[in-house]
Amino acid sequence: MTRRRVLPGLPLALGITLVYVAIIVVLPLGALVFKAASLGPEDYWRIVSSDRAVASYRVTVLSALAATAFNLVFGMALAWVLVRYRFPGRRFIDALVDLPFALPTAVAGIALTALFAPNGWFGSVAGLAGIKVAYTPLGIMIAMSFTSLPFIVRTVQPVLEDLDPALEEAAQSLGGSDGSIFMRVILPLLAPALLAGLSLSFARSLGEFGAIIFIAGNQPMSTEITALLAFIRLEEYDYQAAAAIASVLLIAAFMMLAVTNLLQARALRYTARN
Amino acid sequence: MKIRLDNVVKTFDTFRAVHGVSLDIESGELLALLGPSGSGKTTILRMVAGLEYADGGHIYFGDEDATDIPVRDRGVGFVFQHYALFPHMTVAENIAFGMKVSKVKREKAEISTRVGELLRLVRLEGLGERFPSQISGGQRQRVALARALAVDPKVLLLDEPFGALDASVRRDLRRWLREIHDELGITTLFVTHDQEEALDLADRVVILNEGRIVQQGTPQEVCRAPNSAFVVSFLGDANRLPAEVLSGKADLGGTQLAAPDLADGPAEVYLRPGDLEWSNTGSGIAARVLRVIDRPDARRILALTESEHALELDVPPETEVGSNDRGFVQIRRARIFSKSASGA
Repeated sequence: MTRRRVLPGLPLALGITLVYVAIIVVLPLGALVFKAASLGPEDYWRIVSSDRAVASYRVTVLSALAATAFNLVFGMALAWVLVRYRFPGRRFIDALVDLPFALPTAVAGIALTALFAPNGWFGSVAGLAGIKVAYTPLGIMIAMSFTSLPFIVRTVQPVLEDLDPALEEAAQSLGGSDGSIFMRVILPLLAPALLAGLSLSFARSLGEFGAIIFIAGNQPMSTEITALLAFIRLEEYDYQAAAAIASVLLIAAFMMLAVTNLLQARALRYTARN
Repeated sequence: MKIRLDNVVKTFDTFRAVHGVSLDIESGELLALLGPSGSGKTTILRMVAGLEYADGGHIYFGDEDATDIPVRDRGVGFVFQHYALFPHMTVAENIAFGMKVSKVKREKAEISTRVGELLRLVRLEGLGERFPSQISGGQRQRVALARALAVDPKVLLLDEPFGALDASVRRDLRRWLREIHDELGITTLFVTHDQEEALDLADRVVILNEGRIVQQGTPQEVCRAPNSAFVVSFLGDANRLPAEVLSGKADLGGTQLAAPDLADGPAEVYLRPGDLEWSNTGSGIAARVLRVIDRPDARRILALTESEHALELDVPPETEVGSNDRGFVQIRRARIFSKSASGA
């Protein structure tokens, strides 16, 4: 039986989307892999395992992890407050959440640097407490969490909105404490959305460039992120080295998305039907 | 456990949902709260559960004042209209939930034995490992009941328990719930807007309208002796004709009915379709047939009296009658309410 569909038939729709994906996504990535592959295995390994590169992976991944963990807690709290409570200014705050998406990341980076520099509003206060933010990994973390916050809020928010309040009432009537209701009922139901938000937030943090380079200080071996290192190699016209370093980021992103998809499938297995 | 509501009041913002309701529910009783939507029946149920707090009055569980006890400590089993099963847990895990989160620690083996017993009670053996999305609506409602019973509640509360199910499933589940109740002897309170369900299932029916109790009694009492026009029309189809009462007789424009206890003045006569008879000749209210609707157990005549009042009556299936026939309606039984008293 043929059904009438709104969009033009499968062959045309599939053709257009495949061509689009090929040109916009696969071609640049292919070129990247091709460029990196033009190095011999030994050269490739030497570049990607150099001390400076490894130091950049470490600072990038650790900062991204810290930023994502921070966003997990804060983003979920923000989504919770926006969904569950009605207060003046709620819609305004809701709109503000998207601002990191809309703002050019370089602008965000400059603003954050101005605030957190030793003579800035926040930086001077933090300095009194003996905490240095700008030009340290902490600054990188702050820039990353700024640009990736919307991912967690916007993935969790709709799921939270659809969560039947009767589920919580049922759990309460069965004697569940607030803590056990959150851990056993709410969190497992939010898990797939949280995972999606986490992986997007982490991927964005790994790849963030504009917001970070102003606040990071960019000292090789300590506050130089991987994306910047690739950029420096490009500036030096060392395209192969740039591609090699970028390929490491690419592989990391791929592996992370694969793991998240697996976890998500596991968290959603209850939706499977016989 | 005996439950007592004493002058309970609930207001939402400016809307008063429940006006001073007092009600006694005997231990082991199966009681229905029946009313149209907005009558406050669900609010009352939720206050008994502790899911809403009363703005005034008291709720007693036995001799204990339970008014301010939070729901998680109140010891009630609540069954929601749309089941509210935890979708990420299997049927067995759903049933075990209350025992797992309880302050009373139980052995794993003890919990799984109890889950097995409850699955047998609700006749769902072998479905323990399914997820709620993999079973039918009727089965889900049975899981919800088993889950509520698992914590040995003092009282079982059901909010429109069969509202979301097909008519045939509903009838089976109704009889089955009655059996479970008789087996366990647990005090049970359920809310419904379906009068057939309330009459079929309950020991006692409490009829509510606009946040007040209109009448309470056994199904027989409310059916045979309705105390108001609202109860008559809510419990089933009824024709309404205007009448004039004069010295103990109600006059329907030619036809007289005995109305010994009513004051003189305008009144309304309520007539059930089954309490009317049709004849082609003879006496009664003259009427013309507009349409005949055939049903498995009767033929329903939609007729119009000479004074242009619509009447519906049920006649035996073999009655020969068709559109535009003229004939007479005889009244076998009627309920008459003074206009002022009925509030109409």
